[in-house]
Amino acid sequence: MSATPDGPALARPGIAADRFRALFEPRGVLVAGASTHPGKFGFVSLHNILACGYEGKVFATNRDGAEVLGIQTVADIDDLPDGEIDLVFVCTPAAANPDLLRACAKNGITAAFIASAGYGEAGEAGLAAQADLVALADELGILLAGPNGQGVVSPPARLCAQIVGPFPPAGHIGIASQSGNFVSSFENYAQLTGVGVSRAVSAGNAAAVTVPDYLEYYADDPQTRVALAYVESVGDGRTFVERLRGVAERKPVVIVKGGATAGGQRAAASHTGALASDDRVFDGAVRQSGVSRARTVEEGFEVAATFASQPLPAGNRVVVVTTVGGWGVAAADAIAGTDLELAVLPDDLMASIDGLLPPRWSRNNPVDMAGGETRDTVPEIMRLAASHPAVDAVIFLGMGIQSNQAKLMREGPFYPDHGLERIVAFHERQDARYAEAAAEVSDATGKPVLVATELAATSPDNPGPAAVRASGRLCYPSADRAVVALDHLWRRSRWLSRRGLT
Amino acid sequence: MPTLSEADSKELLATFGVPFPAERVVSTADDAVEAAGDIGFPVVVKLGGDGIAHKTERGLVRLGLGSADQVHAAATALLAAATADDGEVHLLVAPMLRATRELIAGLHDDDQFGMTVMLGVGGVLAEAVADVSFRLVPITPVDAEEMIDDLALQALLGPFRGEPAVDRTAVADVLLGLSDAAAGRHDIVSADLNPLLIVDGRPVAVDALVEVRS
Repeated sequence: MSATPDGPALARPGIAADRFRALFEPRGVLVAGASTHPGKFGFVSLHNILACGYEGKVFATNRDGAEVLGIQTVADIDDLPDGEIDLVFVCTPAAANPDLLRACAKNGITAAFIASAGYGEAGEAGLAAQADLVALADELGILLAGPNGQGVVSPPARLCAQIVGPFPPAGHIGIASQSGNFVSSFENYAQLTGVGVSRAVSAGNAAAVTVPDYLEYYADDPQTRVALAYVESVGDGRTFVERLRGVAERKPVVIVKGGATAGGQRAAASHTGALASDDRVFDGAVRQSGVSRARTVEEGFEVAATFASQPLPAGNRVVVVTTVGGWGVAAADAIAGTDLELAVLPDDLMASIDGLLPPRWSRNNPVDMAGGETRDTVPEIMRLAASHPAVDAVIFLGMGIQSNQAKLMREGPFYPDHGLERIVAFHERQDARYAEAAAEVSDATGKPVLVATELAATSPDNPGPAAVRASGRLCYPSADRAVVALDHLWRRSRWLSRRGLT
Repeated sequence: MPTLSEADSKELLATFGVPFPAERVVSTADDAVEAAGDIGFPVVVKLGGDGIAHKTERGLVRLGLGSADQVHAAATALLAAATADDGEVHLLVAPMLRATRELIAGLHDDDQFGMTVMLGVGGVLAEAVADVSFRLVPITPVDAEEMIDDLALQALLGPFRGEPAVDRTAVADVLLGLSDAAAGRHDIVSADLNPLLIVDGRPVAVDALVEVRS
């Protein structure tokens, strides 16, 4: 499912937020075109709605009125009770859909997700059918999502109305995408990291409801803290960024742009025009609008997850706390490539750390503890650094190393003898404590405290990353990626404050 | 789209606060010599006219003229180089400014985003280096400052080879002037300030080309 240019739709006025309730918080759902064949969308969508624990009423239509997954389907919508259904998930062929929408409207349904293909992506006739469907939905007062879309997911309502997995954990990231499979990608990252999703929707052909429409709804939606979008085409670029700016003034907006290199430089009479590649103009426009642009899909998710789970820094001075020297050096290098700065350790903070560590510690930022930490050192140093007025954010590195060793011990032939049981428990408890302390310190100080280790990717069950996940925050798979995410937070903070929006 | 002559381009943009060197438009070699005397040697003499957009490529710019004789000879040769297609032509006499740093700034009407303003690192390598920043018109002073921050070659903007740091407010004012010009004159299709020289830390546009809707 890829995007089609959404020119005409962008000229439509914005959509009132309460109309989205039928899509994201429906009282009941109807699957139109339910199938008995487990390979068909009409089966899979019904399966996913039922299997993921949706608590509203579920109905289905089927040409033959067959029973599907224990649901007694009907052939005719008129046979369903009126006023119990808000959302129809449409898997029927395009030609059947106009009559279907009329019957839905009569039943009281006010939102439709059209998974059916055969519209704007399918040539002239498809485009005409799509225009007719939009006009009909407008006339009937139905919010029309899609067509040719993968589905809609709303974990707070336990709604998984989509034709593929996964069903992500509930959280605060609102996703809208011009590409269905990137909705899945973001959902997969949510599942891996535990930083969850409030709403996710594949815009499909975005015939009536476009990505900016969804983002504007997310600005109003109390479940959503950050909007995350994947786009390829933006139609009227000026309208697009003006609408995103309206969202960005209220909530963070993270955007991943596909086809960034597609529009090359053009032959132009002016030097300025020759330098105006599509991507450079797009990049400037989104910077101006306060939108956080991520270079890749994984960066997009990580930045959104950071906005969803960390406070904004008031400044750019970072303290890096590390149990291992090399990662501190790498973090310092990464910071040098951003708008962040390594904080100069103030004398009083230096003196406080001196009181906690043997003299071989780095006595500089990054704060390399050089193996001098004892039971309470790491939480205490994080607290000291984050509490200091000359520090705006903390990055902690080197968590999980002892638990990684503990895993070898636990799984080796000598466990639990030789004192292994006790030391394994100690190491695992310590790493979990570090993760908990990072979250507690961040909550107490109102400053971001980010934890990074490759174990988040290589060994997600390690007690360190697992405890970060349990705290609702992201465990970054490298110092560099934590730095990139924090840099996005700082740049948004600065964008807001320079414009008097904080 | 027709282009304005360099002199008319500068006159238009100067009304929006874009800084240009003091220069004179004359029509004869003798008047060019007199103008050069008033401005002070060395000077630059260029052939200008509505039909002339790319002077450098056609060899219609004579730099570093240090005497009345040199100015007279250059002016005579330039007038002789005019072709019938150039229409009405004139001579532009300007002070020869020396600068080690060059920026480029301009306006571009983008197909998707409409009118944009640009700042970049200039010079002959400008398009290869492509260290540029765009914003949609109109811009605010904060937008203008952030465009300067966007440039990767920040080292060029600090103290450089014995010259003072670039006056960032003055550069921002150039961008704001371009934005005002685009907002105030809807017939502008594009504009180039190329190069935007940094002289004693301050920006001065020594060439300008404005393209207008016919």
